[in-house]
Amino acid sequence: MSDIILRGRAVRLGDNISTDDIIPGRFAHLRSNLPQLAGHVFEDALPGFTSRVKQADILVAGRNFGLGSSREHAPLVIKMAGVKAVVAESVARIFYRNAINQGLPVLLCDTGEISDGDELEIDLARGVVSDLASGAKLDCSPMAPLMLTIVQEGGLIPYIRKHRGFLVPGESDQEHGHGV
Amino acid sequence: MGKTLAERILADRSQTDARAGDTVVARVDLAFVQDTTGPLAVRQFRELGFSGVARPDGLAVFLDHAAPSSVRQLSNDHILLRGFAGETGCHITEVGDGVCHQLVAERFARPGDVVVGSDSHSVTAGALGAFATGMGSSDVAVAFALGRTWFRVPVTILIDLKGDFPRRVCAKDLALYLIGWIGADGATYKALEFGGEALSRMTVPQRLTVANMAVEAGAKAGIFPADEVTREFLVSQGRGDGYRPLHADGDAEYERVISLNLGELEPTVSLPHAVDNAVAVGRTAGVKLQQVFIGTCTNGRLEDLAVAADILAGKKRHPGTRLLVAPASRQVLSQALEAGYVQRLVDAGAVILPPGCGACLGLHQGVLGDGEACLSTANRNFRGRMGNPEAMIYLASPATAAASALTGEITDPREVV
Repeated sequence: MSDIILRGRAVRLGDNISTDDIIPGRFAHLRSNLPQLAGHVFEDALPGFTSRVKQADILVAGRNFGLGSSREHAPLVIKMAGVKAVVAESVARIFYRNAINQGLPVLLCDTGEISDGDELEIDLARGVVSDLASGAKLDCSPMAPLMLTIVQEGGLIPYIRKHRGFLVPGESDQEHGHGV
Repeated sequence: MGKTLAERILADRSQTDARAGDTVVARVDLAFVQDTTGPLAVRQFRELGFSGVARPDGLAVFLDHAAPSSVRQLSNDHILLRGFAGETGCHITEVGDGVCHQLVAERFARPGDVVVGSDSHSVTAGALGAFATGMGSSDVAVAFALGRTWFRVPVTILIDLKGDFPRRVCAKDLALYLIGWIGADGATYKALEFGGEALSRMTVPQRLTVANMAVEAGAKAGIFPADEVTREFLVSQGRGDGYRPLHADGDAEYERVISLNLGELEPTVSLPHAVDNAVAVGRTAGVKLQQVFIGTCTNGRLEDLAVAADILAGKKRHPGTRLLVAPASRQVLSQALEAGYVQRLVDAGAVILPPGCGACLGLHQGVLGDGEACLSTANRNFRGRMGNPEAMIYLASPATAAASALTGEITDPREVV
């Protein structure tokens, strides 16, 4: 289960970072070799990213982070780089779901005042990002309860392996459903 | 209060009331993968530990993004996917059969279906009245196992269309104009629904172009009602029995309504490196092009090749501009051969690529060189999209693409005789 409280250093990014920025499509031949693929994270858009990012860092972006392709490899290689969470003003829908499915928390709040290198503390359950450098407490849009459970249980695959279905009302009477 | 198309379909497939904002678990009629997202989906499916897939008939694997393969790793991914299809008995299409979204339209999607694909342009099937959306590999793997998935029912923006497209203004121009208007994140988490008196004159291929690009405004789905036009298309594909009329309720609640008169549209171009960076063609005329690419799930259909062949007939491409054409499917290629479009395109100097994704995503067949500019009929112009971050990609209609191939620079198709 993921920690409810995360702490890490902010790595600032801008607006409209696409999945082609995160992991360019031309590396699709490496998608069955994840360690090799991960070496190319942000290669075109942010040269030097792999040496700049450290374990437990938190990516802080502006608007529409992760727009574009459905490639789940985008949050996957971000996670493999050591990133603990993504905080953004807004996130493209498919990226959001993919990140949660990979057990990478995504929090949505006003990131304008967070500076590169600020120490952040994230309370996942309460949906609050605290900027320990400035003292600001940022309220996040609440994560759907199902998504919070999926991220806390380490992602969609462990979640389904455990529950064999989705824990939402009405699910238990369907064909494979063993949920509550 | 009545229901939008998204609410109607999700209510039916989840057997709940399914109002915007609700979380529902819905039956999935078709779950599919393509060759760059499929291998991860297969591995995730195996991790789940289910003894088999829920319904092999509701699953499909498409080999289209790197087809034929350009490197051994992708060839090996194709082997993995063929093996999965063999084990599960699901549908699979081969190299050269075409782009997944075109094949979903030709062979699978029906009004009222829920379609999920591990490709962002899975929204395309909304043209046939399906709730169709893109997801990642894990979500589709779970849909393989369970035969259903969860959704938050989206709020809907209604796009109310009237009038007719002027000469050489295409559905693509509507899509680019709309995205420029709404913005690349203007419909995030929302559905776009298309309505209005213009629909009765909009063909299914035109609807496919528009629905395809809904995701470029961030939308979860882009849905057309199912009407007589839909029925005729399904009949033409030998699938008339899958038709049922489907409309939103008259008193459905929309977040907002955007009204557009097609007659006021102009040929539109999206400038590098954002799809919502859309301007009228006149604002960008004269930009020199080293490559023009006509094809993809957005504009590789028979009507698209027809307008290109019409503009290029009896003429030659500019000597400094390569012209690549990829039909969206084997059916499109076959019909274009029969209609003489392929001959006209080849005589004009076009390279015909195999049906599939072609040069769109920078894996093979038309990767751009440093500093080169390409005008493409695809749906994305992000930096690096066509294999080179040092290249520039402009998006436009097949008419603008063909006109520009003649002159070697971005050209208003209305100015070509």
